[in-house]
Amino acid sequence: MSYIFTTPEQQQEMLQEIGVNSIEELFASIPPELRFQGELDLQPAKCELELEQEIAGRAKQNQAGSGLTCFLGGGVYDHFIPSVVDEISSRGEYYTAYTPYQAEASQGSLQVFFEYQTLICQLTGMDVSNASLYEGGTAITEAALMAMRVTRRSKKVAVLKSVHPEYREVLKTYLKLQGAELVEIGTADGTADLEDVKAALDEETAALVIQNPNFYGNLEQVHELAEAAHEKEALLICSVDPLSLGVLKRPGDMGVDIVTAEGQPLGIPMQYGGPFLGILACRQEYMRKMPGRVIGTTNDRLGAPCFVLNLQAREQHIRRDKATSNICTNQGLLALRATIYMTSIGPQGLKEVGELCCQKAHYAAEKLTAVDGYELAFDRPFFKEFVLRCPVSAKDVIDRAAESGLGLGPKLSQFEEEIGSETENLLLVAVTEKRTREEIDSLAEVLANGISERMLAQHA
Amino acid sequence: MRNEQATKLIFDLSQPGRRATRFPQADVPVKPLSEYLPADQLAEEPPPLPEVTEADVVRHFVNLSQLNMSVDTHFYPLGSCTMKYNPKRHERWAKLPGIGDLHPYLSEDRIQGMLAILYEMQEMLGEIAGLPAVSLQPAAGAQGELTALLTAAAYFQDKGEDRKKVLFPASAHGTNPASAAIAGFDCVQLNSTKDGLVDMEELKENIDEQTAVFMITNPNTVGLFEKEIAEISRLMHEAGGLVYIDGANMNAILGITRPGDFGGDMMHYNVHKTFTGPHGAGGPGSGPIAVRDFLGPFLPGPILTKSEDADGNPRYSLTDPEKSIGRVRSFFGNVGILLRGYFYLRTLGPKGVREVSETAVLNANYLLAKLKDVLPVPNGDRCMHEFVASAKTLQKEKGISAMDIGKRLLDFGFHAPTVYFPLVVAEALMIEPTETESRATLDAFADAIRQIVEEEPDFLHQAPHSTMHSRPDDVAAARKPVLKWSAQ
Amino acid sequence: MDPANLKYTKTHEWVALDGDIATVGITEFAAGQLTDLSYIELPDVGRKLSAGEDCGVVETVKAASDLYAPVAGEVTEVNSTLEEDYDLLTNEPVGDGWIMKLKVDDAADVESLLDLQAYQAHCETEDH
Repeated sequence: MSYIFTTPEQQQEMLQEIGVNSIEELFASIPPELRFQGELDLQPAKCELELEQEIAGRAKQNQAGSGLTCFLGGGVYDHFIPSVVDEISSRGEYYTAYTPYQAEASQGSLQVFFEYQTLICQLTGMDVSNASLYEGGTAITEAALMAMRVTRRSKKVAVLKSVHPEYREVLKTYLKLQGAELVEIGTADGTADLEDVKAALDEETAALVIQNPNFYGNLEQVHELAEAAHEKEALLICSVDPLSLGVLKRPGDMGVDIVTAEGQPLGIPMQYGGPFLGILACRQEYMRKMPGRVIGTTNDRLGAPCFVLNLQAREQHIRRDKATSNICTNQGLLALRATIYMTSIGPQGLKEVGELCCQKAHYAAEKLTAVDGYELAFDRPFFKEFVLRCPVSAKDVIDRAAESGLGLGPKLSQFEEEIGSETENLLLVAVTEKRTREEIDSLAEVLANGISERMLAQHA
Repeated sequence: MRNEQATKLIFDLSQPGRRATRFPQADVPVKPLSEYLPADQLAEEPPPLPEVTEADVVRHFVNLSQLNMSVDTHFYPLGSCTMKYNPKRHERWAKLPGIGDLHPYLSEDRIQGMLAILYEMQEMLGEIAGLPAVSLQPAAGAQGELTALLTAAAYFQDKGEDRKKVLFPASAHGTNPASAAIAGFDCVQLNSTKDGLVDMEELKENIDEQTAVFMITNPNTVGLFEKEIAEISRLMHEAGGLVYIDGANMNAILGITRPGDFGGDMMHYNVHKTFTGPHGAGGPGSGPIAVRDFLGPFLPGPILTKSEDADGNPRYSLTDPEKSIGRVRSFFGNVGILLRGYFYLRTLGPKGVREVSETAVLNANYLLAKLKDVLPVPNGDRCMHEFVASAKTLQKEKGISAMDIGKRLLDFGFHAPTVYFPLVVAEALMIEPTETESRATLDAFADAIRQIVEEEPDFLHQAPHSTMHSRPDDVAAARKPVLKWSAQ
Repeated sequence: MDPANLKYTKTHEWVALDGDIATVGITEFAAGQLTDLSYIELPDVGRKLSAGEDCGVVETVKAASDLYAPVAGEVTEVNSTLEEDYDLLTNEPVGDGWIMKLKVDDAADVESLLDLQAYQAHCETEDH
């Protein structure tokens, strides 16, 4: 079934108005030998009821759906989403509009994005924010390309290996054909070693890229890393967890030059990995080098204040091959969700979420490491996530926990060339404000009863 | 009726001590955070976010929503953007438990239902393109372009060839050269003929052993099918290069002709356009790419593969192609949008898919026929799913610009067409009605334009007259950018 | 400044050489294409430029043009008045609206640029 609202009779009349006899004639400009013959090999149409039943069946095949208590982390987290976020973002006036090219017909979206930009600046302590990028990985990458423009150093970018492996992979993909070198600095102890960092930076380095809390959940020495970068006149790019900023100092107050983040924790469902929200904010002096859409205020012809797309001369539809980025869309709907989320929880809520995550994660770490054979992989301060060294393979632990309705992961061995040491038994555990003491206790219990003995026996 | 209180900036609504969402007390033993977190990173106070109640939040954002035009509320013929109706069922299904709440690091055997859907989506996109190898990873069309160019670069490198040139016509979307530049290629722009098509002579002059890729939108941005596309492809292939099809205009040719059949080697889809993933006030998009088999090994990973288990049941796995260019983003892709595209294609079936394009082309030609005497279309009497009219004569004779017409249309309850794009048409109005509009709407829109072109130019220069704001000063905005609210 | 005594580039810069200091600006032709300037970015003083290197931007709301170094040299001075007064660039591009001064690596490089006649011929090919 297609969504078509003209009757066959109307179609005939329309064809007459055009001056042709058939719809087929309208395709006359396509050479006949290039026409597709026959019918596409697609499944036959299904009506709403039929398809809903089928989709529901598919959903059930995902045993890991809502039935699973989520301790999974690695950049995507099961945080609480207030109902106002879903309700408001479900309004067609937002989700079926497009880019606010016509300011007069888009003041709603424009104001939301202006508020988003302000909220991101408040959250990160930076001067300017764009109206969002795709997700955390491209945000880091766009920041690195931006740093190359700002410093006019096009040869080298340094990144800590404690940055999310998938973000680093994106960075690698993009830098490769720019002919720039990506210097990866090892973090075998779970955070960067300052001497290693200093040794890796030089006068050609455009930026040092870090993540805080990093991929392992640990906190880097941000102040010192900023100093090290600035000593070589390189920029410090830091990817943050936005929900850590109720308890941790804002990156803008710690010497960071460009802040990026995966905005998923700000009211965005996990959706098997996207769409998410790429946050990018920076210091005032880099404003014009910033990629992506930006909203600004101005006055209308009668002098009343209003909102418009601004600084468009940086963008691809004007600058073409000289644009600051090839990005065209932003993540408007996700920026809306984040905006509603941040205004709903407010400063106090942000602080409470941060505290809850941090307290519960530490409780969980204590409980899980109390189980025989389990220990923390790193002796470093962490926020809401930590790496657990298991007595058996992380895969076995994940499988066993899943049988009890507990979701764990990722295992570090699924990422290439991690940490350098044995990763088979390493597992990321994330604890959000949603996890209860009871759930944490039962995870510890599953580890204690289920895995260690049975599997140790197997592995012996 | 306008609620001026609620639509103040949220920061002006803030009052200390208010809040919407509360969180529970910790149910675990607590310690001071200073025992867990390093002193030099502990915040003294949380960031200065606004403090508002839940009712403030709701009223504020609901009132703001009413200052937008959208597909749900208005005809939105924004050329090149395919603003078609977004079925409501998609919204419900994409949010179902077990669909919308899956963590991307769940192990494969626990998400076979999701992987099956994504596998089928890969297959369907390959079939519609006539290009069998598909990556669902790119986050939007522009990233799809970049991904395909990286794929091409890896392919040439693998063959030991050093090709640096990417060609594209002047009518190309700005993302084409921007993507090529980021992928490290040199951009060569070709002029179009006066008919709005690729200039074959110029193309021939520019193809050489340095040429990597020719990027072309087909149907092109003036709404015409590039009928020489087979010859273009032949020339490119003969020179060892590849042809990239920008799929922004796929809504014109679904089931009618396939990029793979007319010589394309790579293409991207805009799922948020062609397959109804809603536009979300600017995004998210989703820009999967489809390529020929020989380019498949270079696609970014993971992609989905299907096998059978011991009992003969299908088993879906995430696999990295053998010579993959690596990731272009984190996690699998913009799955939420891919799902909506999947639901759409499953609802349509093969016949429905074809009807989409037939009706989109019918609607565009109908509107063209109703308007061409007052708003000339420089590139002929027929078009595909959209056409580009020109207000050049109106501008010269009466001083009425494309912008004036676009702005005035808002007063009639229609969103403006895309104006001043493509650059190759003076005073361009790019009109794409899509298939999901009734004849009555198209008639009303044509009537509105016929009325507008007869109106006083001075009145039009000040349009729109019915919106809350009119003609914001873009120059003042750009000269002194104010990009955030600041406390006085 | 007498246009006939200046040198030109295809990217629409003019150059006036005095000893080893070249004053650089954009031509009347280029300035005529710019309406409603919204931003001018000038190079940093002390920056070493190679011939043809992009070293600044002139933006309007709907367009942006790069500034290119006509010859290799080091930036000794920029016309910072422009950052306050955009109209100066459009009204007097060849004169008070000059953009930067370069200490040129080799004065002979300037000689090899276009003369007025060749530049005018180039503009005609672009302006069609």
